[in-house]
Amino acid sequence: MAAGRFSLRSLRDRAAGSLFLAATLLPVGLVIVMIIGLTLRAQPILAKYPLGELLTGETWKPLQGQFGFAPFIIGTVWVTVLAMIIAVPVCMLTAIYLSEYAGPHVRGLMKPLLDLLAGIPSVIYGIWGVIVIVPLINDVIEPVLKQTLGFIPLFNTNNPTGFSVLAGSMVLGLMVTPVITSVAYEVMQTVPHGLREASLAVGATQWQTVKFAVLRKSAPGLIAGVVLGFSRAFGETIAVLMVVGNVPQMPRSIFDAAYPLPALIANNYGEMMSIPLYDAALMGAALVLLVLVVAFNLLATVALRHAVRRAA
Amino acid sequence: MKRARVEERTFIGLMRGAFVFVAVGLIMILLTVIVKGLPALTWDMITQTPKGGFYLGKEGGILNAIVGSLYLAGGGTLLALILSLPITLYLAAYARGPRQSRWVPIVRLALDVLWGVPSIVYGAFGFIVMLALGLRTSLLAGILVLTLLELPIMVRAMDEVIRTMPIELAEASYALGATRLETALNVIVRQALPGIVTAILLAFGRGIGDAASVLFTAGYTDRLPDSLLRPAASLPLAVFFQLGTAIPEVQQRAYASALILTAIVLMVSLGSRWLARRLSRNVVK
Repeated sequence: MAAGRFSLRSLRDRAAGSLFLAATLLPVGLVIVMIIGLTLRAQPILAKYPLGELLTGETWKPLQGQFGFAPFIIGTVWVTVLAMIIAVPVCMLTAIYLSEYAGPHVRGLMKPLLDLLAGIPSVIYGIWGVIVIVPLINDVIEPVLKQTLGFIPLFNTNNPTGFSVLAGSMVLGLMVTPVITSVAYEVMQTVPHGLREASLAVGATQWQTVKFAVLRKSAPGLIAGVVLGFSRAFGETIAVLMVVGNVPQMPRSIFDAAYPLPALIANNYGEMMSIPLYDAALMGAALVLLVLVVAFNLLATVALRHAVRRAA
Repeated sequence: MKRARVEERTFIGLMRGAFVFVAVGLIMILLTVIVKGLPALTWDMITQTPKGGFYLGKEGGILNAIVGSLYLAGGGTLLALILSLPITLYLAAYARGPRQSRWVPIVRLALDVLWGVPSIVYGAFGFIVMLALGLRTSLLAGILVLTLLELPIMVRAMDEVIRTMPIELAEASYALGATRLETALNVIVRQALPGIVTAILLAFGRGIGDAASVLFTAGYTDRLPDSLLRPAASLPLAVFFQLGTAIPEVQQRAYASALILTAIVLMVSLGSRWLARRLSRNVVK
């Protein structure tokens, strides 16, 4: 730097640097404070029951002092994983189509639509779920699947409403579609043209080019896109809460009602101060969500590093 | 050779199907909101606060929620901007090069974690902070929690734009003898301005649409927000609460409220595109 070490400009530069650094350390502090704060509030229940019992217990009866988190954790996993199973293949195919096959008109129309819809509030997706998806499941999907594949427990149920794991997953799946698709599309667009041309030049078909050149090159970015979608889906509260049924039970079929962790917290915050240990239990639920996010991000960082090395 | 062709055909078919499925699904969402919301939308909805018996289908509107949401998201966005600019500039101008702080990878990981933290967890965290300080649900608490929610969104969006900036631009500035601060303010901010505006409006859109974080912290009220220390209503919660009642008229109003919320978000989104395009005229290509 040309400015002398003790000139006013240099001092100002370093002073601003310290100030900026202080702001930059804020996110780190926030993560730590959140973990400590939630742990402290969940302490009463952690002190009373062993952690393993809380996490694997299947009975949720706060009035009788029974706090088993398993139905909620399993509910969260079911809804999120099923949502990703629905969304990821569709998003990838759509992104490949947009990036490699579609004409400029389709692209020019679809990209802004995806951006707009990525910004639509989740409560709107929830409303759409209540109006469209729940009746669709109840009147069409469930009867048909039950008749044809009802011998598989996964498709059999006694739930008389459409409010179910599948409803939550479909709403979530569509909610994360714009996010995953537009990230995947953008990643594929950054693959250099020369790579495609080289592949076509040695006689590969367009699909082989996509499969062996484009997808392999963009794998790390695609993983990052799926991780983004997963993060959005996994903690979503309102949209899921509106369609998933909210029954504290272990779901056995995709048509059973479930009760994911975020819905549990949101539904019961009103009465949590009036039942002993209830507030500690709900803050414990928030802590579980937070710990899962941290673990998931650590995992994704490792996976990404691995994928980057392979794609290079 | 034959197998390759069959495979190609199959996948093109699948892709077309997936594309149509996504396009139809997404357009259907917008159509559902418009078709359901438009008949129930009246002038009173956007100019009146709830009157007595509003939640039984009597007259009134949701002006309280509209104004409340604008205050909440506006305040949250402003505070988030004040915090995210220095963070982004530090990562862009100070944290590059050989003397990079050991903190940088940890900060990036923390930002990723915060980006993924569910809004309900921010709400719960805000709630325990309020308990510790003896505060009650208020506009201020709602704004602070939305700040936390919007901060990682804003930083990530700004950081992505700055990363696409040609490094030579900053190098040219350093070569002319500019300090890191001068480069950050005069080159990076100016060059990334369209992206910064987009990031701000993106965060605003996410803030105004979030229900779970304000549920705990901002509360709900039928009055217009008049003090930072009193509760404030918000549009997502207005939609949610009205949809939860058993009275058809009130459910109709939930659809109208959803339409209002969607209209605001779409206007913000379109506005940000327009602004970004205007501002990008001053950007070195």
